[in-house]
Amino acid sequence: MNVPENLHYTTNHEWVSVEGDIATVGITDHAQEELTDVVFVELPEVGRSVSKGEAIAVVESVKAASDIYTPLTGEIVEGNAAAEGDPSLVNTDPHGAGWIFKLRVADPSELEGLMDAAAYRALIS
Amino acid sequence: MSGELKESPLQAAHEELGGKLVPFAGWNMPIRYGSILEEHAAVRESVGVFDISHMGQFVVTGAGAEGWLDGLLTNHVGALGDGEGHYTFLLNEGGGVIDDLILYRQEAERFFLVVNAAKIAEDFTWMRGRLVEGVELEDRSEDFAAMAVQGPEAVAVFAKMLPGAELPPRNGIATISHGEQEVIVCRTGYTGEDGFEFFCPAAEGAEWLRTVLKSGARACGLGARDTLRLEMCYPLNGSDLSPERSPLQAGMGFFVKLEKGEFVGRDVLARQKEEGLGERLVAIQCLEKGPPIRGGAEVVSESGESLGNLTSGTLSPSLGLGIGLAYLPVEAAQIGKEVAIDVRGRKVPAQIVKKPFYKKA
Repeated sequence: MNVPENLHYTTNHEWVSVEGDIATVGITDHAQEELTDVVFVELPEVGRSVSKGEAIAVVESVKAASDIYTPLTGEIVEGNAAAEGDPSLVNTDPHGAGWIFKLRVADPSELEGLMDAAAYRALIS
Repeated sequence: MSGELKESPLQAAHEELGGKLVPFAGWNMPIRYGSILEEHAAVRESVGVFDISHMGQFVVTGAGAEGWLDGLLTNHVGALGDGEGHYTFLLNEGGGVIDDLILYRQEAERFFLVVNAAKIAEDFTWMRGRLVEGVELEDRSEDFAAMAVQGPEAVAVFAKMLPGAELPPRNGIATISHGEQEVIVCRTGYTGEDGFEFFCPAAEGAEWLRTVLKSGARACGLGARDTLRLEMCYPLNGSDLSPERSPLQAGMGFFVKLEKGEFVGRDVLARQKEEGLGERLVAIQCLEKGPPIRGGAEVVSESGESLGNLTSGTLSPSLGLGIGLAYLPVEAAQIGKEVAIDVRGRKVPAQIVKKPFYKKA
């Protein structure tokens, strides 16, 4: 299972990478493997203000729809149109080309509540 | 559903194969081994194998067996010859569906029934309560492991499994001796592809599964079984069939022979035929790529009026579009009619289409 060191993780199996005040969010390798066959990605609207823990995107496999919760409070700045057009990117490159959305972080202290790679690895093992 | 989940005789093999097991109809069954899309494609393009050990098997014997079954089932049992089978319905007094099943005539006084897992007890109780002299009914469900081998290359798998044996013709049944064992082979399935269902002694199931896999079949789970059957518009009991709806409303009139004589539920069906069905099960296909549509989703008319709810829905792997079934008022149940499916408040444009969704090229 691929759990990159440089990312933050949530118990809902999202990953977060932060650059400046922009956070990129996707689902983990573990999550995509559990879902398999992602066939649809519903993105949040750009400009939308979102609160930590809110369900703002949806990833659907053949069998089920899964909500994606924003791990941080902020404003959506971009949704991944490439993943919307080709949802299988979420399976093939979950930590890269298969990211879901980016947001401008309102409160950087919220990052402290997220897991590091070691803690996430322990969660899924 | 509560209590212990039942385990298939193939349980250990599923775990070895990495199957993801989920509760289904009281059983712990593999929903998939790897990718549902790949398992689906294997059946459409080459060959796959499904564990169907959860399904039930009844044996009905006796001089009165044929006549008795004809009084309980919608299709014409009397029309079957030795070794032939057909799809049929067990109805309640109100003409609603208790179960859909396949009935085979093995011999003049011996019939083999394959019923749905969730309905074994209910079917058996219903039938036993109506037993007459000269007929014996046996629930043999525990005795068999069963698998469905499906796909264009299923015939080649059969040839490797049982060299020299003859695969029965479509809808046929054959009992084949293999060493000390007797196995039952039925040329049917639930995928729209050529193939067969295979019943063997429960203890021999895992060994047969190994043989089937070695012969080229890919292990497939209930997830792919569902997308395959829905592309063909084969109904799933409990979703698309119910005790409140008749097989005529489900669009299954071909398997109902009103002219054969009396059977349980016949009066109601005859009346429906005369006075109208009220509602019909239609096939609904999305017009463009979008979110998968799922069972329970509301179907609305172009003017926004609620028409009903999907009884089944999925993304068709073959078409790349959402597909579903719904009971709609007959006035609305017209092929070509445009409707919308409500997915989380979004209106997904769709159309009523001719069945089945998937036609072999």
